[in-house]
Amino acid sequence: MGAGHAHKLYRHGHSPVHALPPHTKLAAVLAFVVVVVSTPREAMWAFAAYAGLLGLVAYTARVPAGFLLKRLLIEVPFVAFAVLLPFVAEGERVGVLGLSLSVNGLWGAWNVLAKGTLGVAASVLLASTTELRELLLGLERLRLPPLLVQIASFMVRYGDVITDEMRRMRIARESRGFEARGVRHWGVLAKSAGALFIRSYERGERVHLAMVSRGYAGSMPVIDEVTASRAQWSYALALPCAALVVCLLGWTL
Amino acid sequence: MHAPDGFINAPVSAAAGLAAAGAIAVSLRGARRELGGTSRSSAAGSGGERTAPLAGLVAAFIFAVQMLNFPVGAGTSGHLLGGALAAILVGPYTGVLCVSVVLLMQAVLFADGGLTALGVNITTMAITTTIVAYALFRGLVKVLPRTRRSVTAAAFVAALVSVPASAVVFTLLYAVGGTTDVSLGKVATAMVGVHVLIGVGEAVITALTVGAVVAVRPDLVHGARGLRQRLKLRVNGELVDAPATSEPEPVPVAARSRRTVWITGLVTSLVLAGFVSFYASANPDGLEKVATDHGIDQKAEEHALADSPLADYGVEDVDDARLSGGLAGVIGVGVTVVAGSGVFWVVRRRRTDDRRTAAEADSGSPTDVGV
Repeated sequence: MGAGHAHKLYRHGHSPVHALPPHTKLAAVLAFVVVVVSTPREAMWAFAAYAGLLGLVAYTARVPAGFLLKRLLIEVPFVAFAVLLPFVAEGERVGVLGLSLSVNGLWGAWNVLAKGTLGVAASVLLASTTELRELLLGLERLRLPPLLVQIASFMVRYGDVITDEMRRMRIARESRGFEARGVRHWGVLAKSAGALFIRSYERGERVHLAMVSRGYAGSMPVIDEVTASRAQWSYALALPCAALVVCLLGWTL
Repeated sequence: MHAPDGFINAPVSAAAGLAAAGAIAVSLRGARRELGGTSRSSAAGSGGERTAPLAGLVAAFIFAVQMLNFPVGAGTSGHLLGGALAAILVGPYTGVLCVSVVLLMQAVLFADGGLTALGVNITTMAITTTIVAYALFRGLVKVLPRTRRSVTAAAFVAALVSVPASAVVFTLLYAVGGTTDVSLGKVATAMVGVHVLIGVGEAVITALTVGAVVAVRPDLVHGARGLRQRLKLRVNGELVDAPATSEPEPVPVAARSRRTVWITGLVTSLVLAGFVSFYASANPDGLEKVATDHGIDQKAEEHALADSPLADYGVEDVDDARLSGGLAGVIGVGVTVVAGSGVFWVVRRRRTDDRRTAAEADSGSPTDVGV
């Protein structure tokens, strides 16, 4: 917990987007992504409009473009996959720069790239304007089963601890001269993974006992009830509604 | 591999989401039993206070272990997917929950895998791997001799099969709702081929990890609970069975009503059969397509039931092809359920009858045995 109590994906700020209740933001992002996915891929201008909408949100949230673009890099494996599509897809082919590419494949690649990128960008905006704990509260407010939310919150809370434990094991291995170079060394790494499991499970048992001794009986007390006013809802849902208009236009035009 | 948004079309994503939600709901109930419910016997009804911390920590473990790199050589390295490992170590229900939570947090926090594709990702990577791995593992452990080595071997096979199985399910989802028309054959070959390779790595790592845990804390390995040895004491140089502890074995697990599970399953299959086939592409499926392409089906004779009212997955006299396909799906599920329940019922009846006659024979008087 050396890095404070915010995770590194969160970008602290006081913009109107930061101030929105988390569940409205979650609902808005989910609705936006659904709208994007159901847009016909031939309406290229619609995707430009979506990107414009997200840009507007990023501007309001004062998230710099560089930050956003850097986080978009998570998508790179899929870009590589999408580049392959025009070569392997079926259907009529078209010659571009001496390469024979499938028209359908080009459309498919465009479809995956555009929708995937917009989805990732929306999620990145959500994660960088919402604190982790708020995000979990928002999920609970959206009627996710409380037990599931609790499991998720334990995972988030102890994720860093377990990762640190793994890092210490790695340092211990390396300081004893071990370096994993190939398949022959998998046994050692797997023993570490096994030890990590035992440590995590036993930590879970200790956490449970500590909680029971403080009066835990299966549900967490709600201390901060988040509620959203009508204005906040309409403010958050402005994004998917605008996107829906674009989508309908894309279907009719 | 996490599917992004836009890879599978919206209706199929929604249907996969529903299936995933159903499976998670079932797992939430199951995990409470797996993780021992409450520590206080009086609160047996409420249950499950142990679930959240333990499942949460196991999820954190899976999240962390996915970052542990296993070098393959030549500068590349792989990592564990964890579905099979979770199923064997903590049981199938908790396994589904943990992997699903990991996928959920990856989608929401790291934008790894699309939000609309979450259902698809959970169905392929959490549910399929876990169920396939656990079923295989239990089956093998039952068949093989009760030793530690066979636990490791079973873990190897379970993980080996679970990864390509998830690739197959993904290919099926792609066949129904894929947004690009890469031929199914190519997708299937590429997906299954690559995933068999990944599966070999996963199998080796899973088997080694399970072996490491079994060696130290065999009681923590859920899949190997039946292998626990009776405690023996050495008295005057002889091995003697330790006196049985007063604590009863934590066996009574499946005492709860199966009705909810049953209804969820039924609704899911109905939705899948009716709704998804409604949207399924009208193209013939991969096998049929290969058959037509290569002229195999010229030789194929019409099936004996070809003019039954449900032939070729459509209801006769219903003109709309989609509606008819959906109806046929729903009717098919209905018939399957009725037939399955019938068989189950008959078997159970016979068993209770057997037990009753045995009990009567034992006691010598016709007592009514409660079942």
